[in-house]
Amino acid sequence: MKILVAVKQVPARDLPVEPAPSGLWIAEAGLSYEMNEPDAYALEAALRLKESGGGEVVAVSAGPERVQSVLREALAKGADRAIHVAAEGEAALGLDPVAAAALLEAAVREEQPDLVLTGLQSDDTGTGQTGVVLAARLGWPHATLVVAIEPGQGAVRARRELEGGWFQHVTLPLPAVLTVQSGIARLRYATLMGIKRAKTKEIRRLEVELEGSRGGLRLAGLAQPRRVRQTQFLEGSAAEQASKLVEKLRFEARVL
Amino acid sequence: MSGILAILERGPGGWHRMSFEALAGALELGRATGEPVTACVPGFGVEAAAAEAAAFGPAAALALEHEALSAYAADAWIEALGALIGAMAPSWVVLPHTYQTRDFAPALAARFGRALMADCTGFVVEGGRPVFERQLFQGKLTGRFLFETPKPNFVSFQAGAFRAPQAAGQRAPVAVQRADVDPARVRQKPEAPFREAAQAVDLSSAERIVAVGRGIGDEGNLELARELAAALGAELAASRPICDNGWLPMDRQVGSSGQTVAPKLYVALGISGAIQHVVGMKGSGCIVAVNRDPQAPIFEIADYGIVGDLFEVAPALIEELKKSAG
Repeated sequence: MKILVAVKQVPARDLPVEPAPSGLWIAEAGLSYEMNEPDAYALEAALRLKESGGGEVVAVSAGPERVQSVLREALAKGADRAIHVAAEGEAALGLDPVAAAALLEAAVREEQPDLVLTGLQSDDTGTGQTGVVLAARLGWPHATLVVAIEPGQGAVRARRELEGGWFQHVTLPLPAVLTVQSGIARLRYATLMGIKRAKTKEIRRLEVELEGSRGGLRLAGLAQPRRVRQTQFLEGSAAEQASKLVEKLRFEARVL
Repeated sequence: MSGILAILERGPGGWHRMSFEALAGALELGRATGEPVTACVPGFGVEAAAAEAAAFGPAAALALEHEALSAYAADAWIEALGALIGAMAPSWVVLPHTYQTRDFAPALAARFGRALMADCTGFVVEGGRPVFERQLFQGKLTGRFLFETPKPNFVSFQAGAFRAPQAAGQRAPVAVQRADVDPARVRQKPEAPFREAAQAVDLSSAERIVAVGRGIGDEGNLELARELAAALGAELAASRPICDNGWLPMDRQVGSSGQTVAPKLYVALGISGAIQHVVGMKGSGCIVAVNRDPQAPIFEIADYGIVGDLFEVAPALIEELKKSAG
């Protein structure tokens, strides 16, 4: 089975982000980037499908030059090839899922895979729509929140996570798009050999004309979130913080 | 084009609790824009449900009926609602941001060349237009968004964004309409939903919970959290990534894909506070957050915050609790 995995490069999740002076995106100076975690799980699922059933895994990412580093990472983990869909500016941010899906669609149409996997949402813009909109644009069936994948004859049976601890199996004809839930399988690390091998693998660059493929969402401003509760911050050394907290929990909140 | 179409969700057990919160959001959008709200219930045999929804403030209620809607399948929902929206031409389509909405609504909106304004926490009216707010960067920032497309536009509201309305005395008229959907075109073949073996741990009845997130760093460090939980007389829980890693079983997960809890005391250790986690614990009586990132969204909902290294704070807490117990 030929599988295309769409991965997004996002700002590293452990680092603080600040609005840019324009208020229309974040300040990018000094940011470091990583592979969007749900996409890392989609890649893991694709690599396992290839290991058990054969085929090819092609990683694709849309964005500026820097996204090539997540493609290298995918190649180092075992993807066979990669496609970099060149995109700059607002279209590359993924704020508008229709634009994001249109960029990826170009790669899918060229590659004609049996299956497209991607994470269920991104850690930065979090619209959770790109995979579903991609399927709609391709005219392919889709399923979301997938936690297990069983390939079949011309079809795929996916286990979907529902809310409140429920699950459901759904069978789709191929080609199809699945969006993968975090935790589908334990993530692998790239081996030294893998990293070495990745250097010789191909990253093809694809230029795409977007032509009005926009879903109409416009970011008008970014701000620090409002606090819901008045947080009392406890200062001092760890021992002082601990002693203040225990006192507050006992006498103020009365929960001990 | 006019009107607001609120799409309500039912499961095998009845209403999804977020349906009425989304209806409240639609009603508020209606008050802001002067547009009437129609509450739509897709399904099979949902006339009584639509009649029930009619008592919660909409101008009309609609049962959108078809055998193909008796169990959820994405294509069936997209076809049926796509045809309805095409015919009704509403200005706005409002949905609860449930797992089901996440599965079909992006493709429904895409049918109309639109993107869904997903997972909104609310809206404000500025210059006569609603400006929608949604979280970005795992809740670290709030984005204010406008639609720049003509109507219809599609919005989904996050759990808790609006308080479910009270039933009004008056019942709006209820219509039953057969959905326009061809079952042969539904490509997803769903099987019956099922649960994993019964949950071994019922966190919802715990009085105190110590929950760990990514900040715990390594499986071996869980022992520290266990000791703190023991010192507090608390159950141990975790955010999703910890369970994804297999460090704790899934039945200890708190959040949208795990359990919803409301203990007297919730201590979040190294949990950033992504919305998927927060929806499962924000009802807790007293929330303590320990995180080294002062910007972590968990501090927005915490009563007591400690910005610091949990590997120093947790041992100090254990020490302090032992001291005062002894």
